[in-house]
Amino acid sequence: MSMDIDIALTVNGERIAERVEARKSLVDFVRDDLGLTGSHVGCEHGVCGACTMRVDGVIVRGCLMLAAQCDGAVVETIEGLSDSGELADLQAAFEQRNALQCGFCTPGMLTAAQDLLNRGSVPSRDEIREHISGNFCRCTGYHAIVDAVESVAKARHGAKP
Amino acid sequence: MKITADTPPVLSVLDRPNSYIGRAVPRPNLQRLTQGRGQYISDVTLPRMAHVAYLRSPHAHARIVSIATDAAKKAPGVVAVVTGAELAKVMTPWVGVLTHLKGIKSAPQAPIAVDRACWQGEAVCAVVARTRAQAEDACELIDIVYEELPAVTNPETALDPGTPVIHESLGDNLCFERKLDVGEVDKAFANSDAVVEATFVTGRHTGVCTEGRAVVADWNASEQRMTVYHATQAPHMMQNLFAKHLALSESQVRVLTKDVGGSFGIKVHTYADEMATVALSKLLKRPVKFVADRIESFVTDIHARDHRIKAKIGVTKDGVITAFEIDDLTGIGPYSVYPRTSGIEANQVINLTGGPYNCPNYRAQARVVFQNKNVMCQYRAVGHPIAVAVTEGLVELAAAKIGMDPLEIRRRNLFADDGYPAQTASGLKLEQLSHHEALAHLDAMINYAGLRAEQKALRDKGIYRGIGFASFIEVTNPSAAFYGVGGAKITSQDGATVKLDAQGAITIHSGVTEQGQGAEAVLAQCVASSFGVSMDRVRVVTGDTDNTPYGGGTWASRAAGIGGEAAWQAGKALRGNVLAVAGAMLQAKPEDLDIRNSIVVDKTTGAERLGLDELARVAYFRPDTLPPGFQAELMVTRHYVPRAWPFAFTNGIQASYLEVDTDTGFVKLLRHWCVEDCGTIINPQLVNEQIRGGVVQGIGAALFEQCLYDERGQMLNGNMADYLVPMAVEMPDIDCGHVVSPTADSELGAKGAGEAGTAGAPACIMNAINDALRPLNAQPLTDMPFTPGKILRALGKV
Repeated sequence: MSMDIDIALTVNGERIAERVEARKSLVDFVRDDLGLTGSHVGCEHGVCGACTMRVDGVIVRGCLMLAAQCDGAVVETIEGLSDSGELADLQAAFEQRNALQCGFCTPGMLTAAQDLLNRGSVPSRDEIREHISGNFCRCTGYHAIVDAVESVAKARHGAKP
Repeated sequence: MKITADTPPVLSVLDRPNSYIGRAVPRPNLQRLTQGRGQYISDVTLPRMAHVAYLRSPHAHARIVSIATDAAKKAPGVVAVVTGAELAKVMTPWVGVLTHLKGIKSAPQAPIAVDRACWQGEAVCAVVARTRAQAEDACELIDIVYEELPAVTNPETALDPGTPVIHESLGDNLCFERKLDVGEVDKAFANSDAVVEATFVTGRHTGVCTEGRAVVADWNASEQRMTVYHATQAPHMMQNLFAKHLALSESQVRVLTKDVGGSFGIKVHTYADEMATVALSKLLKRPVKFVADRIESFVTDIHARDHRIKAKIGVTKDGVITAFEIDDLTGIGPYSVYPRTSGIEANQVINLTGGPYNCPNYRAQARVVFQNKNVMCQYRAVGHPIAVAVTEGLVELAAAKIGMDPLEIRRRNLFADDGYPAQTASGLKLEQLSHHEALAHLDAMINYAGLRAEQKALRDKGIYRGIGFASFIEVTNPSAAFYGVGGAKITSQDGATVKLDAQGAITIHSGVTEQGQGAEAVLAQCVASSFGVSMDRVRVVTGDTDNTPYGGGTWASRAAGIGGEAAWQAGKALRGNVLAVAGAMLQAKPEDLDIRNSIVVDKTTGAERLGLDELARVAYFRPDTLPPGFQAELMVTRHYVPRAWPFAFTNGIQASYLEVDTDTGFVKLLRHWCVEDCGTIINPQLVNEQIRGGVVQGIGAALFEQCLYDERGQMLNGNMADYLVPMAVEMPDIDCGHVVSPTADSELGAKGAGEAGTAGAPACIMNAINDALRPLNAQPLTDMPFTPGKILRALGKV
């Protein structure tokens, strides 16, 4: 059976100290131990991207990282990124453009898209498609997601939508 | 920026003041999902909840000699270890047959295998523990002795005398068979100038919902009541089935459906492990949760589309189609899936093949055979992608053979737009379709002549691009003809209850369910329009058998056309009731009043008379001030079921433009178009997004997706690294166009739009690839998915 490890970390700005099973994934930890169910479990082998979240400013797969690896880390999930307002314009564009249907991939998709938008330039549609290709969406066919991300990229650079 | 404009509606009977019909209003409930605050069943936790993990058969077919559970029972956190034999005392088995599929047969299926496992992945033992991880740990301590039995894994030989019979009681491996012979097929072929034969294969694939199947069952022994939180498309159907197989009354069962992470027909069936979870809750008298992980999903979520079709078309040199003939063979699982059966898909292939074309001669045979593989059943656009691939593949091969343009051959054979009502050779009744107008619209939309010129110019440079088409018809708005007549408790009608609350806002309760397609937005649009309030005054509740009208849920593209009509009618009826109250308060004739933007107004002048908030205040808190004998009725229910037509068929045509790399066999999709006719469009943005998402699911089938099995019945690629799905980078932009032919069966006139994309896309991609490779004299590709290896073989390069 597995051993337990003490970790102290910051999750969405809140200081957390917990004892976790060494084998527990980061996404299981935030969902089951912290009740942050906005990060979703889609494949548990790093392909679908539904568990995408930010650790120390870098997007990661919550299913491919152990909670025990996050001692001292700064973790941001969709709940924190929503409450801070960082994603507000991107979320509004997704809602307006219907760039989500069932919504299960959406927190990961938004987090991945924000990572691209934070690079600072206006990406092409092909670059947007390339960047979100680690995030599986079964509902939309991606076209609307590309539209929404593109519109926000332009808007953030002062272009009229 | 391409955010769809909020287009003003065409003036019609639906165009009341405050009309939202035809407008691209955003779905009102999306912030919950964009902020990660949705509640999927996998998020549900209840007090005392335990988790179940299933130990699954590693063999495709095996006798279970013994199960040793002592070690597992002693493992940390374990609540119970339960075998199939033990659970059979709690829940009765089921048989997936329908009486209108003549001769269909299947064997009783138990929630957990008893004595024998019939496919790799079938649950053979359950472990319930305090956490899922503990339950999985304990599964490893269970010792099962199997005696492996021969596995039936080749549909072609499933009916041979030498092949073992999976269920001895059935006598053979034939689940269902249907034959049809209409017109004079042999004579028509004999009189044809050209006959083209081909064998089409559609690969077995599956839904890959982003969220696995999920259920939390909560048997409350003190209330004798079962509450099931279930990611399902059809809550009332499941209420009936849980009750039936636990020997409860339906009133003892409540099914709640919250947010669902994708369904596409995957979540409209009875799954043994979900039934077992509900039975375990009854047995253990506490909440039990099951969420299928990805590996489990691949070997237990229904598969679909595993068909081999030998097909034949006759044409004259003028391009007139003389006859179609098909022989369809499909290998399902070891059981026909309950309650919709695994016969419907093949039945639909027979019904739909040749469907767009006015050709009276048609012969078809379909055989559905049992296999020791995961079960097969209805998945988005049931049977359509297969029938469309066969039909449209044949039509383009025939066009090539007689040297005719692929759009021209369609123009010469599609049912005439002014020729309705019409009937297909297979007997489908068509109310009003628009094949020719849709084709003309597509022709212009894609700049067909320009595209052909570009294709030709690039060929001279050694770049091989293809243009492919697929015309199609789609079954939507199903009446009782689909399941009800076959004895299944699957209702085709649906209901909506509309209530004016004490502050003058509206709540809708509907029997259809939200799976992300936007049903709740459509319901709100319908009621806001027919009643007369703005969208922000409407709240929608779905997915609760205790609180919504009895309804069918979401399947066969029915939510907008059937659920929407019920909501529209309920809103109208409530308006009448509210105006009666207003008339009493204002001493006016109700017929002289109307409701606009939440205010009762004078119908002719539009002058404001009374706010709904004030009306509600009086009706609820000062009814003593209303005239004696007058009773305000501020909650009404209306139901709707299609009666005039068994199904509201829609139609459309898709086009694909792609490039084949003839050195690597890779296909690059450049653009995709779809023009469809779903009748009245309630929300153009939602229709377009249904089309786009559906097209991409169809593209997956054409290029990537296949559940690969070896001869021992082992699935070889049951994970997302090996089973490929469409990701953003491979997908094209998709343009949508519309023709509007409303159904006269309902006042709204809306038909379904959920499956058109998936129906046509595989055929379209296939035809485009073959068009690209035609100048290279490649063998026509008809075996999906069209992987690079198959393309290089067709080119003779490997």
